[in-house]
Amino acid sequence: MAFAAFATAEAQTQAPKRKSRIALFLLLPGIAYLVLFFLAPLISLLLTSLQAPREFGDIGQFDYAFNWQNYTAVIQGYLPHILRSFGYALASTVLALIISYPLAYFIGVKARRRPMLQGLMLVLVIAPFFISFLLRTLAWKQLLSDESFVITSLKALSLMAPDAHFTGTPFAVIFGLTYNFIPFMTLPLYTTLERLDTRFLEAGSDLYASPFTVFRKVTIPLSMPGIVAGTLLTFIPAAGDYINASRDFLGGTETQMMGNVIEANFLVLLNYPAAAALSIILMAVILVLVGVYVKRSGTEELL
Amino acid sequence: MSAGAFAEQGADLELVGIQKRFPGFTAIERLDLTIPAGSFFALLGPSGCGKTTTLRLVAGLEEPTQGRILIGGADVTDTKAHERPVNTVFQSYALFPHMSIIENVSFGLKRRRIADAAGRAHEALRLVELDHLAQRRPQQLSGGQQQRVALARAIVNRPALLLLDEPLGALDLKLRRQMQLELKTIQEEVGLTFLHVTHDQEEAMTMADSVAVMNKGAIEQMGPPAELYESPRTVFVANFLGQSNLFSGDVVGSTNTAITVDAAGARIVVPTERARRHQGRVTIGVRPEKVALHREAPRESAQRNLLGPGHVIDVSFSGVSTQYLVTVPGVGTLTVFAQNIGSGPVAAEGAEVWVSWDVAHGFGLDDDAESAPRFAADDDTETIAVHRREALVAELEER
Amino acid sequence: MSGEVQAAAVLGELAESEARDPGRRTPRRRRVGLGDWLLPAYTIIAFVFLLIPIVYTFVFSFNDSLKSNISWRGFTFDKWLNVCNVEGGAVCQAFGNSIVIGVAATVIATTLGTMIALALVRYRFRARSAISLLLFLPMATPEVVLGAGLAAQFLAVGVPKDMTTIILAHTMFCISFVVVTVKARISSLDPALEEAGRDLYGSPAQVFWRVTFPLLTPGILAAALLSFALSFDDFIITNFNSGSVSTFPKYVYISASRGIPAEANVIASAVFMFALVLVIAAQVSRTARAKRLAKLG
Repeated sequence: MAFAAFATAEAQTQAPKRKSRIALFLLLPGIAYLVLFFLAPLISLLLTSLQAPREFGDIGQFDYAFNWQNYTAVIQGYLPHILRSFGYALASTVLALIISYPLAYFIGVKARRRPMLQGLMLVLVIAPFFISFLLRTLAWKQLLSDESFVITSLKALSLMAPDAHFTGTPFAVIFGLTYNFIPFMTLPLYTTLERLDTRFLEAGSDLYASPFTVFRKVTIPLSMPGIVAGTLLTFIPAAGDYINASRDFLGGTETQMMGNVIEANFLVLLNYPAAAALSIILMAVILVLVGVYVKRSGTEELL
Repeated sequence: MSAGAFAEQGADLELVGIQKRFPGFTAIERLDLTIPAGSFFALLGPSGCGKTTTLRLVAGLEEPTQGRILIGGADVTDTKAHERPVNTVFQSYALFPHMSIIENVSFGLKRRRIADAAGRAHEALRLVELDHLAQRRPQQLSGGQQQRVALARAIVNRPALLLLDEPLGALDLKLRRQMQLELKTIQEEVGLTFLHVTHDQEEAMTMADSVAVMNKGAIEQMGPPAELYESPRTVFVANFLGQSNLFSGDVVGSTNTAITVDAAGARIVVPTERARRHQGRVTIGVRPEKVALHREAPRESAQRNLLGPGHVIDVSFSGVSTQYLVTVPGVGTLTVFAQNIGSGPVAAEGAEVWVSWDVAHGFGLDDDAESAPRFAADDDTETIAVHRREALVAELEER
Repeated sequence: MSGEVQAAAVLGELAESEARDPGRRTPRRRRVGLGDWLLPAYTIIAFVFLLIPIVYTFVFSFNDSLKSNISWRGFTFDKWLNVCNVEGGAVCQAFGNSIVIGVAATVIATTLGTMIALALVRYRFRARSAISLLLFLPMATPEVVLGAGLAAQFLAVGVPKDMTTIILAHTMFCISFVVVTVKARISSLDPALEEAGRDLYGSPAQVFWRVTFPLLTPGILAAALLSFALSFDDFIITNFNSGSVSTFPKYVYISASRGIPAEANVIASAVFMFALVLVIAAQVSRTARAKRLAKLG
């Protein structure tokens, strides 16, 4: 929904042109803030990514340069992390969509005539936001640890190999990402489904479409704006996340994502250029993917 | 497309003992209705009368609490909407916004895997003269064009029965008249059975072969439009289908050919064959355009009912005719429509006048006279509020 | 939403609730579709799934744990009563920092964001699409990039990391969300209300403060709550720009390797319940208002 709100800015009916001085006064502080603390840092990041180590300098001391080899170095060094980031993010986005769509459909369409129930269910969807993201993830870590009731039961029932683990595996990371971003997926889906005109569904069944065909040919296309917004709101933060994949949470050494190596390079190894180069790569790939995705799904006008 | 291309004929529709209850209210009490194949049938009634519910039951979008629905003799009560040989032109048109016009029109054909769906869809679009807009999106079309696309999308499937849910409601008056004629022409051309739901009595009368007037979940009267108009059976029909001057009184005399009613001292004669009750307290009436206005007392005549003298209390000019409100002491207020044949009003406000009409034009109703109030004020805030609420509830019911 | 629509919805609720009464069975049932039981059942399971970690966190706030809070050792109220007594009050210190940062970032972001939203809806200017892009990008950028970017900037300029840098960082990512929320509210306002204000001799300033602003208050309030929630729960950006300052999420992250004390669960559970009560109260009052309107007809 956040994405939709901005994409419509252009299509909006043009507001009357009035005292532009007031507009300037209203815009200037906020825009200046964003230029100073969003745009400038991005440029700073770009410059940092091209820095070279200072000659005879200490750890963490770099000079401005045009050291583009930083990029080839991090790609060579961290290719598995880069691939993992997008792979995990994609898997958890798809899973979150599959889990969230029926939920959003029930709240937005089936519960439409019971506002009290609908309101309550919406509160439940956002309830996870009210408790720390980190604590929720830790709760899963403990609930699914090797000694936990779930895992020991699964092993007792021979549904899991006796020496297998859940935490520390890619499945655990994808599971955590999926869980944590379900509300981000459900809310925009709910917003479009809530406005879905059920008369289109009736028209579909009047025109010989079975319930499944109505869903495929009418419901899904009409909820495309919600699907696009939800997948973006899930994919982008999931690709950059490093909590779930962290060793102290659901991940292990073999599940580290880009976020983890950016953090390690920046805050621990003080290798700022490497962290910056990885950040720039992450952002660039996401922007390209988002652009292609929005174009391909044909939702530019629907957004 | 030639008319012959639509070879399939429409089918009969039979509703047997239909009842539809929603939690908290009953939309249809008991409904029996047969619509012969190939006819243009209108269900007419105010909002909340159950007409849209009836249509949705036929379409399969609701299921009846009781009763059977038969199309062409086959029982379809237990089949779902997409399995019924019925198509609907929705009030909102419900054109899929994510599909082009041609995709909309061929949607039903593709679902039934009919060969040459695109070709047939183009033919249907040519029938409604919109083939040149086939690649557009619904949002790019005007209301009238969207309406015609909705019609094409329905008739292209050659349904046994075509349901029209107030499809002209959103159009302005001029376009509406034009579409009414087009719809009628298309119906005659394709020979399908049309079931048209509307609250516009003029629309129902212009278009339909038969009209059923619905009120509070039941059919009040059914028949050809002219018959309903000339000889209404109930107060509701008399007032919903055009306007009526109604009087209540006791039958004081009756012969083989006519009954005489004493309405507050005035004697009014109604032909026996046009009166549905022949004794006791009855309600009788006459249409405003049948009533003549006289500036001087006319001679009494056995052929005409005469009331007066009274006073003109309001004159309103409406182009082709002028409407007078005349108060006759003891009897009440009558409405009189006079064609504007000359120029200027026949009688000015306050003038003393007499009114008369041909005995043959009167009608007698079936209702209990007591239950039929002559006038119900509808202009105070409370009544308006009540009406708003009723309309709101009705809208909910119809959903 | 107009009163009528709400009224209609409430009336519909009545109809629907009875329609779902399983006791009412007609002899013929043909439409026992997916939506009749599968979807509600699925919804319940999905909510159970969503709420499991919350329940876990809540339950373990009563655990009579020692240093780490991993296995159940018995029920106690101690951790709730002595929440600040552990590790010299480090949890409460972090929690207090989070509140201060959240309030400061919310006030600044809500003010700046509301101004931008007003300008975007009410005025026409040339750089409109560029500004829209500038507002959209922070939401489309992964937090780790935002955090690393700001940290690189502070490093380059030589600003030491402390509370101020955290507030500056949080304000930055909250502004876009404020703009989106408030803009939606402004767009849904009936312009006739302001025109009526002008028609009734209100000067532009009077019309704004007496008509527009009161009407916008719910949207601004919602935006402020969203900002606070985003700031309060943020870890990634904070981690890059906090230096030695601790916030509640940062405290949890750092303690994760050696075990979280139950006091953290206490604070999280308390915040959760406070927010839940707030939101449910808002929901109930809204629905009750709709019902009252429905009764008035």
